[in-house]
Amino acid sequence: MPEAYDPQEIRRQAITPAGSGGPMDLAMDEAETLEKTPGGPEGTGPTGKPRSLWSDAWHQLRRSPIFIVSGLLILFLVIIAIWPQLIASRDPLFCQLSKSQQGMQPGHPFGFDTQGCDVYTRTVYGARASITVGVCATLGAALLGSLLGGFAGFFGGVWDAVLSRIADVFFGIPVVLGGLVFLSVVTSSTVWPVVGFIVLLGWPQIARIARGSVITAKQNDYVQAARALGAGSGRMLLRHVAPNAVAPVIVVATIALGTYISLEATLSFLGVGLRPPTVSWGIDISNAAPQIRNAPHMLLYPAGALSITVLAFIMLGDAVRDALDPKLR
Amino acid sequence: MRGATHAKWAACAVAVALAATACGDDNGGGATGGGDGSGIVRSSWGDPQNPLEPANTNEVQGGKVLDMIFRGLKRYDPETGEAEDMVAESIETDDSQNFTVTLKEGWKFSNGEDVTAQSFVDAWNYGAHIDNTQNNAPFFSSIVGYDDVHPESGEATAEEMSGLEVTGDLTFTVELKEKFSTWPETLGYQAFSPLPEAFFSDHDAWLAKPIGNGPYTVDSYSRGSSMQLRKWDDYTGDDEAQNDGVDLRVYTDNNTAYTDLIAGNLDLVDDIPAQQLQNVESDLGDRYINQPALIIQTITFPLYQDDWSQDGMEKVRRGLSMAINREEITRQIFQETRTPAKDWTSPALGEQGGYDEDACGDACEFDPDEAKALIEEGGGLPGGRVTLTSNVDTGSHREWMDAVCNSINNALDEGTVCTVNPVGTFADYRNQVTTDRMTGPFRAGWQADYPLIQNFLQPLYYTGASSNDGKFSNEEFDALVDRANQETDEEDAIEAFQEAEEILAEQMPAIPLWYQNGSAGYSESVSDVTLNQFSVPVYDQIKVN
Amino acid sequence: MGRYVIRRLLQMIPVFIGSTFLIFFMVYALGDPVAALFGDKAPDPATAARIRQELHLDEPLWKQYFLYMGQIFQGDFGTAFNGQKVTELMASAYPVTLRLTLVAIVIELIVGIGLGVASGLKRGRVVDNSVLLMTLLVISIPTFVSGYVLQFLLGVKWGIIRPSVSSEAPFSELILPGVVLALVSLAYVTRLTRTSIAENVRADYVRTAIAKGLPRRRVISRHLLRNSLIPVVTFIGADIGFLMGGAIVTEKIFNIHGVGYQIYQGILRNNAPTVVGFVTILVIVFLVANLLVDLLYAVLDPRIRYA
Repeated sequence: MPEAYDPQEIRRQAITPAGSGGPMDLAMDEAETLEKTPGGPEGTGPTGKPRSLWSDAWHQLRRSPIFIVSGLLILFLVIIAIWPQLIASRDPLFCQLSKSQQGMQPGHPFGFDTQGCDVYTRTVYGARASITVGVCATLGAALLGSLLGGFAGFFGGVWDAVLSRIADVFFGIPVVLGGLVFLSVVTSSTVWPVVGFIVLLGWPQIARIARGSVITAKQNDYVQAARALGAGSGRMLLRHVAPNAVAPVIVVATIALGTYISLEATLSFLGVGLRPPTVSWGIDISNAAPQIRNAPHMLLYPAGALSITVLAFIMLGDAVRDALDPKLR
Repeated sequence: MRGATHAKWAACAVAVALAATACGDDNGGGATGGGDGSGIVRSSWGDPQNPLEPANTNEVQGGKVLDMIFRGLKRYDPETGEAEDMVAESIETDDSQNFTVTLKEGWKFSNGEDVTAQSFVDAWNYGAHIDNTQNNAPFFSSIVGYDDVHPESGEATAEEMSGLEVTGDLTFTVELKEKFSTWPETLGYQAFSPLPEAFFSDHDAWLAKPIGNGPYTVDSYSRGSSMQLRKWDDYTGDDEAQNDGVDLRVYTDNNTAYTDLIAGNLDLVDDIPAQQLQNVESDLGDRYINQPALIIQTITFPLYQDDWSQDGMEKVRRGLSMAINREEITRQIFQETRTPAKDWTSPALGEQGGYDEDACGDACEFDPDEAKALIEEGGGLPGGRVTLTSNVDTGSHREWMDAVCNSINNALDEGTVCTVNPVGTFADYRNQVTTDRMTGPFRAGWQADYPLIQNFLQPLYYTGASSNDGKFSNEEFDALVDRANQETDEEDAIEAFQEAEEILAEQMPAIPLWYQNGSAGYSESVSDVTLNQFSVPVYDQIKVN
Repeated sequence: MGRYVIRRLLQMIPVFIGSTFLIFFMVYALGDPVAALFGDKAPDPATAARIRQELHLDEPLWKQYFLYMGQIFQGDFGTAFNGQKVTELMASAYPVTLRLTLVAIVIELIVGIGLGVASGLKRGRVVDNSVLLMTLLVISIPTFVSGYVLQFLLGVKWGIIRPSVSSEAPFSELILPGVVLALVSLAYVTRLTRTSIAENVRADYVRTAIAKGLPRRRVISRHLLRNSLIPVVTFIGADIGFLMGGAIVTEKIFNIHGVGYQIYQGILRNNAPTVVGFVTILVIVFLVANLLVDLLYAVLDPRIRYA
């Protein structure tokens, strides 16, 4: 019964009449190219029973070249993070000051840093801590943020007031102060305190974005219709509102991934981040930054690795977002 | 091509905006240029940590100003470090315990008041009194009656120290608690400056615009951002300013100050940032100063921990010292702005002042094999590991700590035995140090208050001394220091101090790392720029071209 | 509407109390500030004890908090250690930071939304990909480096601008710092706009508008952009606080004596009055910014109503 008001159903109907190049040059050309790239015209559809939005999305994803490329890239990064010795045979902690800031040499393709450590080895070994921090903190902040933000936006009223004001207070905490207070008491050399701290400070931003999106999405006709037909709150939120509100969250989260990895660097620089002997891109970037005029190669490689990681996740985010948006099919 | 147009428009906006900045800047900036004949030196500055009272200033930034607006009984010659009479006509004693101070005639404060014996006595009493919570109060602690105005707890029982007595307009006597032969030499320190009546009658006004008896007067002072000092034409001393004034400008970062110097917006930067050291010579050529100052960096051991103080550990401590390649670290990390240490004082004292380049001997030479053997002989590192602690919010402490640890690790060749323990803030670090919470060696920096060997040894290594953070205690050492303080002959005193230093070499309560140099760079529009032993520019001698 | 605004303003009271206490507690947790006043020397015990007593540092935390709040209600925010009144510090730092934030936000709005619209309309094209590349560059290069390099090139090498900001900090000197400050947020704004535009470009109302024969420009600005701006506006609203309080690096590089710098100094020196005072004002700025954003929602999407 409420199935009749499934947003996909409504959209499919709406989309049919405008199928062939209308008067709008600004959108249709891209829409067409995009529809074709994922392989096969209207790949979903015809098989009798309508699939759920989420399985539909998965079906779509598997055919997206962007998804495949980013997936492979991420897989590669994860393998490096787990087994760095696969591609780097040296000890990242072995440093000879006499080679300080020297450029590339046979066996040392990326040169040496200020302490005379091999930049290549450190970049490879840095993947583990940096990717763990980036991915876990992003997941944590995105989940917590969209849950609380979604709640606040969807239910409004007291919920909204309380959750939003809590977020405001957390927003106010300066990163430096929070880091010094929460992290200076920790002596563990794992990444988890840092991850926890970044989640703690990161969720309000995502919550705010999620709340805004949910408030807009909730106004859509089909949501109002579902509500009128007596759909439960949970179902409405999950099936009708969430898919339409998720795009901005994905966008912010994928970029936040990169900034979180850099944030770890800031914390390490303050002496409260990852503790030595942990190796991370963040630490290396913050060590290299002041030397930019004399030894730019020190910055280039860890920063490059960070870029590639962020690129992979931005692509993944784009692919997921496209897959969740039925209008693009 | 809508999008492209948008992008182009946006880029233009930025370009226009930047161009506008450029135009605006040409009109606004550089009004008080050093080269335009105004004779004003534009210099970098940092916000003084405490209000600018002489007895409350214990760091370089406040010290710069005090050095320009005050002249005390003595002044350290910027070149030789010798304490020379300034306002004092003579300081006489028969027993190294009772001193008679006579002032020169004619000295005035810039508000017209005379500099009298009372100006000194009032200033010292103010500095010592507990109610005024002056940082430098302990400098008066050798005077009789100090404990009455500055009791260890509770309220003061007297308003003035009984050991100070004004005996005439220009004479006063000082009675010390015990013999202190080199006491007159300490009087060049700024805490001993005289204060005018105005300081006491309208304190807030004085703080807003300090008044002193030095070659400059404060023209305007906006706290936290800048101070304009101008040459005082009626200055009564003979070391009058060679320029028309100094503009001090507070910078958020010494790197920004350096950039402004290169861009021609500033004449003098007295602290070259670490990241610029590699290119400073190509940027400035011979307008770069790098000279020893009265600062030494050491690694101190927490001897209150049994792990580090039990018998045999002196060999381990010595071994660690020999595992540090000072030459390489000072070259690669500090670009020669530190000098490998060879004793526990500073070369800025000079040979005749007590600096001894053989005091540490082999123990300060890099020798990995000997280091390894010594550590093994002494029973090995406690728990097989050593953790090096320092704050990392200032200086380039992180870089050298990493380098020291790498040096130790490579020398001992047993994997990662040395790790660094960074502490986020200086405040937190000092709290941990002063409450004896260190479990391994930690950084200790020492800038001397006056160029005397006594100041490098007694406060740091004498039993129970104020800055003896490692809680080192050695009867022989204490006895030698006591003897040195009682010597009436300066050379004998220095000799006794040097003997005491030999005990440090045996016991190694602190590893001397390096002497810190003062560094500065200046623009083409000024000349005759020098630094004194405290790495503060000698502003009054700077000439504007 | 009016009642909604009043309710929101009333909510500021508990937030004000909560955040002051939280920050106060955090600075307290940093430890005793007195030791650092004496530099590398050990503090004189009697002097240190007296300073603690004068600053009420020897009282229990709750009592310190009440004493502090009592002062605040008399308009006294305490003093920094160099003897300067915190209210004075705020009066000099906030206007400067406000100008800097304004510059950064204008840049975010113009450049970020411009680039976002361009790449959203031309998904997968050269424009889109170069914008993505720029985004990656901005994310992976620390602000310190971009700030320093731009400062060096424009200020020293080419001499186009003055490399540091004077104490008056007029708008003209804040443009480059504003650009540097805006860079990371620019990445967010661009990507958010792009996604929103790409999503809405296929919406029925755009189709209808085009079918009606409205000119392209009008469709984009009136219909498409307006409906795509909600996530962007939300982000910028949240970003205001970040820009104001988190500009430590930018402020340091360009010698701006602003809020971020003062907070950082306060933290390094464990000076509770400075930190709590500045952050409290910052939280109030947040609350106002968020209220404005929420009201903007209703302007951008008339279906949203507040009661």
